[in-house]
Amino acid sequence: MDEALLRTLTPTVTEILVRRGADFAAAEDAVQDALVEATRVWPDGPPRDPKGWLVTVAWRKFLDVARADTSRRHREVRVERDPIPGPGEVADDALQLYFLCAHPSLTRASAVALTLRAVGGLTTRQIAQAYLVPEATMAQRISRAKRTVSGVRFNQPGDVATVLRVLYLVFNEGYSGDVDLASEAIRLTRQLAARTSHEEVAGLLALMLLHHARRPARTGPDGRLVPLAEQDRSLWNTRLIAEGVDVLQTALTRDRLGEFQAQAAIAALHADARTAEETDWVQIVEWYDELVRLTDSPVARLNRAVAVGEADGPRAGLAALAGLDPALPRHAAVAAYLYERDGEPVTAARLYAQAARSAPSLPERDHLTRQAARLNAQLNSRGRAGKTPGQHGLVS
Amino acid sequence: MAKYLLLKHYRGAPVSVNDVPMDQWTPDELSAHVQYMQDFAARLEDTGEFVDTQALSPAGTFVRYDGEGRPPVTDGPFAETKDLIAGWMVIDVETYERALELAGELSAAPGAGGKPIHEWLEVRPFLGAHPTITE
Repeated sequence: MDEALLRTLTPTVTEILVRRGADFAAAEDAVQDALVEATRVWPDGPPRDPKGWLVTVAWRKFLDVARADTSRRHREVRVERDPIPGPGEVADDALQLYFLCAHPSLTRASAVALTLRAVGGLTTRQIAQAYLVPEATMAQRISRAKRTVSGVRFNQPGDVATVLRVLYLVFNEGYSGDVDLASEAIRLTRQLAARTSHEEVAGLLALMLLHHARRPARTGPDGRLVPLAEQDRSLWNTRLIAEGVDVLQTALTRDRLGEFQAQAAIAALHADARTAEETDWVQIVEWYDELVRLTDSPVARLNRAVAVGEADGPRAGLAALAGLDPALPRHAAVAAYLYERDGEPVTAARLYAQAARSAPSLPERDHLTRQAARLNAQLNSRGRAGKTPGQHGLVS
Repeated sequence: MAKYLLLKHYRGAPVSVNDVPMDQWTPDELSAHVQYMQDFAARLEDTGEFVDTQALSPAGTFVRYDGEGRPPVTDGPFAETKDLIAGWMVIDVETYERALELAGELSAAPGAGGKPIHEWLEVRPFLGAHPTITE
């Protein structure tokens, strides 16, 4: 049973049903039913033409439901007709489905859920587990989302940027339950990149690949966060890095820069350094300048301050930080880092503790608390050493 | 999306506007209150924002480790404990503003005289399990 193949075919089959006249919500349900049947039947007798099999079974399921609905309502069966062959290459292009599932009328959470089900071929239960909500809640979220987009014409070109934001959200969700959402986001972005030559799709794919390549090094064996500078770079996945750099370089040659390409370029520069000391911070600052110009995002400015601190020293980093709103997420963590580098451990320890209190996730809170604890331990032992002069001499 | 805890207190929250103990309500007022809570949870399930709701008994016991090979030490319940949790609802919503909006609606549950209790609820964000990559 090739689950990966089934899930790759999901959006294409849905789109074929829609082009034959099924409405999106019913088509999507029918395809899910066909997937369930495939997992039941295929292990004993795999079809020679999996896509054809899925289209036939999904269409039959759709007709069953449509007939039952219409006879219930005593109306004429509008869609009852023999399956007509899908119009070849157009039907193979599931691009419209990406646009529909990321439609601007949907909330981010609905767009994410609908994309994972209709484009990704995940079951409602898998999505619910990944997002740690009850299955009934996720089922409602998906069915509401389908109702919301029910009036949207399927052939309208959508905005690629909205699709990319949804895929990026999925990627950042990481890993919980039995679905690796980061890998799933990469799979869906890869599929999208195969269907459009948009340079920001390539930019996002490159960014994901480069970040994903470092995942094995990002967490220690005890689950703690390992900051970039301390990561064991031999754990980085060089194959993913090479692919990410390749995808990015192709995109950059088109000379239509966007925020994902700029972020990917920064990730590529990190990936390129064999040791933390070899990092080309000057170039990274230049890319952050581009990113700030493209997005005017305060978060980009905050990250830029870190890069400036590395390129031109902590004083310059603190100067870059000075104009930013202290209420920004992670502002205190950045300030703490720069103050420590500037030789002010007391201020740094206070800021790390403050940053830990407002950390958005458990691993970050633990990491920041550990940083504060490390500095406080140093300060305390220095304080004791100061009170009892000569102790150092005895020890050494 | 982010998860929030809407926390109800037996004690420890500021005093409600319509502050009448439940045992002083009429049976119909009690029924109306329970119905409101059930409808609220059902509505959130329908919007895809519901995660969990639980109520807690006010009587609790404090427990702590007492060293290798010894049974845990218990203490309480303490009538004077300042902060006493009554129950919670967990929601999964798009924004912090939405969490506040829903807490406001939950706080409007009817009490004595069929009027909203205006109960103070505590809204607490969950810490995420995953760090956002910020390298």
